[in-house]
Amino acid sequence: MSLFNIFNVAGSGMAAQSQRLNVVASNLANADSTTGADGKPYRAKQVVFSATPMGGADVQGVKVVRVAEDTSPMKIVYDPKHPMADAKGYVSMPNVNVVDEMVNMISASRAYQNNVDVLNTSKTLLLKTLTIGQ
Amino acid sequence: MISKLDESLRFNQTALSLRGARQELLASNIANADTPGYKARDINFSSALQSALAGTSVKLPMATSSVMHLEGNAGGQIMGAPVQYRRPDQPSADGNTVNMDVERAQFADNALRYEASVKFTSDELKDMLAALQA
Repeated sequence: MSLFNIFNVAGSGMAAQSQRLNVVASNLANADSTTGADGKPYRAKQVVFSATPMGGADVQGVKVVRVAEDTSPMKIVYDPKHPMADAKGYVSMPNVNVVDEMVNMISASRAYQNNVDVLNTSKTLLLKTLTIGQ
Repeated sequence: MISKLDESLRFNQTALSLRGARQELLASNIANADTPGYKARDINFSSALQSALAGTSVKLPMATSSVMHLEGNAGGQIMGAPVQYRRPDQPSADGNTVNMDVERAQFADNALRYEASVKFTSDELKDMLAALQA
């Protein structure tokens, strides 16, 4: 029954988008974290989406294959009073681009809403199907 | 007699199954709106319905220049209809060809037509019941 499989497909889309939103939240929360568990400044993270067959070769859901770290250089700020400043007074700040993250957040939120709408429509259709012959 | 009742419902039954399958394809397009390299896919509904009713399957053969060439067949099939890729009107840098406006419009259109088929099937059953009780 193909309509039931839409729940899996839209559900995978929602799960992937919410993970993306989670990573955005982590990046924004750590936009000023100059030190982490490894003693280094926080690196921005991005999710990598991949299409995955779901109930048939042509019907594909989404999954997050990995969370990649942003390899762009850290922001260097001159602040001699900062506890993490080096001998010359420079501090490595996380490479989080706040504007990029906000855009990412809106995009993830809209994509999530799309999947919710798909799910609701399919549910309505299935309920309508149950009324055949009544 | 029973086979005739069955036969009169066959058209709407086939149409419903195809609508359901198409809905699933459109859902996977929407779920993969942000997946790099994902190609949006769809079926040609009218030709798919024709071939499903006739019980034939339409193939997308590879062009051959000699009768000795092997006959290739492209892509997957849904109820005997080839799954085709949408032609992108605004190609994106990551190779994704999902146009959310098109997909959402097609999804809503397909859902409405599915509901119409449900209604037709229901009415047909009511007609039969009326004839039986007359």
